[in-house]
Amino acid sequence: MSDTTNESGGTGPSHRGVEVGVALFMALLALIGIYGSFKVGVGWGDSGPRAGFFPFYVCLAILVSCAVNLTKVFLTADDGEIFAEWSQLRQVGAVVLPTAVYVALVPYLGIYVSSALLIAAFMRWFGRYHWVTSIALAVGVVVLTFLMFEMWFLVPLPKGPLESYLGY
Amino acid sequence: MLEDVGNLFHGFAVVVQPFNLVLMVVGIVLGVIVGVLPGLGGANGVAILLPLTFSMSPTSAIIMLSCIYWGALFGGAITSILFNIPGEPWSVATTFDGYPMAQQGKAGEALTAAFTSSFVGALFAVIMITLVAPLVANFALRFGPPEIFSVYFLAFCSFVGLSKEPPFKTVASMMLGFGLGAVGLDQVTGQLRLTFGVEQMLNGFDFLIAVIGLFGIGEILLTMEEGLAFRGTAAKINPTVVLQTWALLPKFWLLSLRSCLIGCWMGISPAGATPASFMSYGIAKRISKNGHKFGTGQIEGVVAPETAAHAAGTSALLPMISLGVPGSPTAAVLLGGLLIWGLQPGPLLFTEQKDFVWGLIASMYMGNIVGLLIVLTCVPLFASILRIPFSVIAPIIMVMCAIGAYTVHNNTFDVVMMLVFGVAGYFMKKTNYPLAPMVLAIVLGDKAEESFRQSLLASQGGLNVFWSNGLVSTIMTLGLIALFWPIIQAGFTRMRGAGGLRAT
Repeated sequence: MSDTTNESGGTGPSHRGVEVGVALFMALLALIGIYGSFKVGVGWGDSGPRAGFFPFYVCLAILVSCAVNLTKVFLTADDGEIFAEWSQLRQVGAVVLPTAVYVALVPYLGIYVSSALLIAAFMRWFGRYHWVTSIALAVGVVVLTFLMFEMWFLVPLPKGPLESYLGY
Repeated sequence: MLEDVGNLFHGFAVVVQPFNLVLMVVGIVLGVIVGVLPGLGGANGVAILLPLTFSMSPTSAIIMLSCIYWGALFGGAITSILFNIPGEPWSVATTFDGYPMAQQGKAGEALTAAFTSSFVGALFAVIMITLVAPLVANFALRFGPPEIFSVYFLAFCSFVGLSKEPPFKTVASMMLGFGLGAVGLDQVTGQLRLTFGVEQMLNGFDFLIAVIGLFGIGEILLTMEEGLAFRGTAAKINPTVVLQTWALLPKFWLLSLRSCLIGCWMGISPAGATPASFMSYGIAKRISKNGHKFGTGQIEGVVAPETAAHAAGTSALLPMISLGVPGSPTAAVLLGGLLIWGLQPGPLLFTEQKDFVWGLIASMYMGNIVGLLIVLTCVPLFASILRIPFSVIAPIIMVMCAIGAYTVHNNTFDVVMMLVFGVAGYFMKKTNYPLAPMVLAIVLGDKAEESFRQSLLASQGGLNVFWSNGLVSTIMTLGLIALFWPIIQAGFTRMRGAGGLRAT
């Protein structure tokens, strides 16, 4: 992806680059789909179309559309438009990363502990709240959620070592 | 017809049971909160709360869920007018005149106008549904697999031909949705496909996870680009302002009526509420005497899009309950919910589940009335939610999305997929790939494929089964017209241009 500048002076990856990337990624998914369709057969069986028939043609359509989209990207002149400024992407990444960690932790620590960590982390790093406020609010919200889901709705959510220690 | 009125009253009787009334109020409040917060839009909010309703009876569940839907419709207007942040895509047009009005200190009027217009639009659509749905359902009882497939075909073609996104991106998005929907167990042959031996893919990709990820997480990521500040004007609605505005509004009855019709028409087709609001705004601007002042705070600029958007949002439920084809992503989620509860949306619903259908329709009336009352009285409360600092509310929204994703199948893998869909949604939205067709394709993919294969089975593989009789040919032709509409339209423009007449 090439760096280009937009009118307000910020730099970032070019919009064209990302468009190409998205189209290529979709094409890749389509190719995987075609491979998978062949595994179950794409032709006609004795009870009608085989399992891979529909997905095969669907993926073919994706490939054609991606080809058209790619051609369009290359045919239009590069107006230098950027996808997003690096600073914006940094902010987006600053949300994606903690969330990715959060999502990875859920199977191990349970959803309540992980959520408390996420809320506290957000408040501390983004909101610059005091440690105590962050943790207090995080724990408060999570306890409320616990009561709501475990006691009231009776919907069990994934729990981790802390909860089993406490006897749930 | 008379029988239907009787059914409707029976439906009211179901709705006014205390438990259902409570659910209605809870649903509306939740819906407004959801509509006010970014990232928890109508479709996403319904998707997250859907698993919580598994323990209720389907009738109670759909009452609560549809009230969440109304609440979200109302809530979107609050942030549009007060904060210039459209809570929903269809509230964008409301910001054009709503926010200027708020800045001029006329927030109360703008809000009253918006809520009342929404109520009128929705009511119009509900009455239309009451009258038309049973007729459509009756008619659709004669549908066989080819006809059913042709209706899906028409819906999907409308997306491609009538949406404002580049057609091949819409096609790519939709096909991707079909592909994702095909992962897992194939219903006809019983084979596992596209799972590549990964155990967690056995159940395929659930549309709820896709919705929460695409519309929820994706939306938050987009909001993050703009930074974390919500600057808004304060809002108070006092009864005098409400009454004064109500006195003003009947002047615009023609505008309202026109917007209702636009909304209903667009709502029934998969185009949905967003184009309806823009179209209504554009037409109002052209026709009104004050058209040139639109954008500076004209009350008509609020009435037009809100009426149309709500009429569209409500009438999107008509094809859902009578034909089984949802007219909007939120309707698609509701449809998915119906399937999960074991109900068959479509014409049979009217004959086999009368209680459910008429309870739903009755709740649409009540929900709108209750909703109007609640929003008029509680606006400052809801607006103050947005004053909660983003650094506190963003992780809470994430947690709610994660809980929502988990409770669908009690599967932590789904929470991971939610994030994946979220990032995908971010990239897709920024590169103008429409998300709605993808969601619709995931929800309807299996059913469309099933009717396609059944049709082909009956005809021994000949595609001519889709033109075998008048009805199915008509629908297929309409679909093809919708698909190629941009080309047809361009052709008309060129013909008219040659004749010296300006095309609109």
